[in-house]
Amino acid sequence: MNPLPTPAPMAKAQPAESPLAPGQRLPESRLRQLSPQATAEIQTLAAKYPDKLAATLPALYIAQKDFGFVSLSAMLEVAKVLGVPEGHVFGVATFYTLFQKRPVGKYHLQVCTNLSCALNGAAKLLEKIAEKVGAQPGAGPSEDGLWSVEEVECLASCGSGPCLQVNDDVYDEYVDEAKLEELLAACRRGDYRPWGE
Amino acid sequence: MRSKADPQLYTFAGFGGERFPNLMLRGAGNLDNWKRAVYEQKHEGYLALKKALKMEPVAVTNEVKASQLRGRGGAGFLTGLKWSFMPKDTDQKSHVRYLVCNGDEGEPGTFKDRAILEYNPHQLIEGMIIGAWAMQCKVGFIYLRGEFLWLLEKLEAALQEARDAGYLGQNILGTGWDFDIQTYRGAGAYICGEETALLNSLEGRRGEPRSKPPFPAQVGAFGQPTTVNNVETLAAVPVILQMGGAEYAKIGSPGNTGTRIFCISGHVKRPGLYELPLGTPLDFLLNDLAGGSSTGKAIKAVIPGGASAPMFDAKDFDCPLDFDTPKARGSMAGSGGVIVMDEDVCIVAAVLRLTRFFAHESCGQCTPCREGCNWMLQVLQRIEHGQGRMEDLDLLASLTPRIALRTLCALGDAACGPVDSSLQKFRHEFEHHIVHKTCYAQGHQLLAATAIH
Repeated sequence: MNPLPTPAPMAKAQPAESPLAPGQRLPESRLRQLSPQATAEIQTLAAKYPDKLAATLPALYIAQKDFGFVSLSAMLEVAKVLGVPEGHVFGVATFYTLFQKRPVGKYHLQVCTNLSCALNGAAKLLEKIAEKVGAQPGAGPSEDGLWSVEEVECLASCGSGPCLQVNDDVYDEYVDEAKLEELLAACRRGDYRPWGE
Repeated sequence: MRSKADPQLYTFAGFGGERFPNLMLRGAGNLDNWKRAVYEQKHEGYLALKKALKMEPVAVTNEVKASQLRGRGGAGFLTGLKWSFMPKDTDQKSHVRYLVCNGDEGEPGTFKDRAILEYNPHQLIEGMIIGAWAMQCKVGFIYLRGEFLWLLEKLEAALQEARDAGYLGQNILGTGWDFDIQTYRGAGAYICGEETALLNSLEGRRGEPRSKPPFPAQVGAFGQPTTVNNVETLAAVPVILQMGGAEYAKIGSPGNTGTRIFCISGHVKRPGLYELPLGTPLDFLLNDLAGGSSTGKAIKAVIPGGASAPMFDAKDFDCPLDFDTPKARGSMAGSGGVIVMDEDVCIVAAVLRLTRFFAHESCGQCTPCREGCNWMLQVLQRIEHGQGRMEDLDLLASLTPRIALRTLCALGDAACGPVDSSLQKFRHEFEHHIVHKTCYAQGHQLLAATAIH
């Protein structure tokens, strides 16, 4: 008799980020205000598009860089600088997965586990990474704050998968044991470079 | 900018010859190929644009109509016809028209647009300028998915090159016509590949599809008439203008003209990108080009058009890859992403993984999709974990017709494709799971034991 595929007998399907319970708040960031440069950048952006609302996504990227993640304060700041409703910014920030609503590690490791990658061993890669860096997928940063791991959807590198993304950079190559070690070591040393550069 | 080419496979023996013309992947794999100088010297760059600007805009649209080019994004709608829906200026009203390029490549199994953006961005830019001339647009947008950050930098550099050469900006090549292209970075939502969701996202809103009508040609980006075309569709336009619509229509099969980039991934020896004339049989791609199964086990199932397409079993492997035949055989051409699974793949686990994707990516706007995808996921989860009941199979089969065609966009239908087709073709695997509480096929671990994302 073959063993069951997973140990959890009745693992309940969980959405990407569990919705907030009544009264629960998103985690707050240490920073509460945008830096003057970021504010200026967002103001320039607003003039670039036919409608200032269109600057919401790029502005949130700037805020994310400034704050480390998109906290509630980051959203409020973006709304204030752009002069758009706070609710709109909150709606947008919570819709898109590239805006991190919770703190992430210095190196945010994202593994695509969708079908093409899964057929080539993405599940094992994810488990291996989680074990090596000591952070569970989707469970926030590791104790030293260096790592966080996330399971993501297709990164458009299906031919060479499983595909890994480190922060904003797609690691565009089949990740074997040696390459993974090398990548993690480079991150630990602090001389990580995006793939291909 | 990258100094290392990605490891995807772009060519095969005979590619670039008469039987397999190379129209979309010229120079792919060569990192210098993106530059304007290379494009102009080696690949007849911007000649089609010069030709088009001497023609009347409507004549350009007619040329594209004559080519019978169909949209490469998934729906396969006639591009020339789509262009002709854009309202013309009248004495009473003049419009601000937009042309939007859909580069939100997120369909699992598809990785073709990035190849064009990486190696031939000028071909896309030229195609956009020609399209904008045909529809007399003032501004174009290229919407790229958020993960394509490195391609965005490259695209910006290519756009600047085009501006410097006078192909973009004011008074393009002395015609008195102004046009410029802006880029826009998405933020990680599969649904933004749907054209109206993309327009919402471009406006800085949540990427929720709009109800149609009004169609984008009437009310699109920022309330103005807009046409949305896929990267590959627009990149085909310079080729059509250069060789002539009628000549282009001779490639492929009648009604399914031209070449298309097929992305093959999964259990094959040579995964990669294969540009083939439409109508090339699937088994030719599978066995002759991609080298057949990489694991030594027979191929059990193939998804012919990206995750949304219902799967084929062995009896349909002879299906010609065009737009109409896969549809007639119960699947769809989709985005050209071919995912290959060998005998050892547990179909229940594969379908569960795909359903999880759709449940995760459902924008939440329409109840049938938002709730239905999660219900299907729960039922599949139950079966996969050995706690399924025989009634669950009928329950699943009764769920899909209540989701498909009952939503604003096609994501609901897409989610039903893998479930329906696998239930029809691999029902015994589901039953085995329920009776024996274990997988029918072992050998590949598709799902991580750690947390579900």
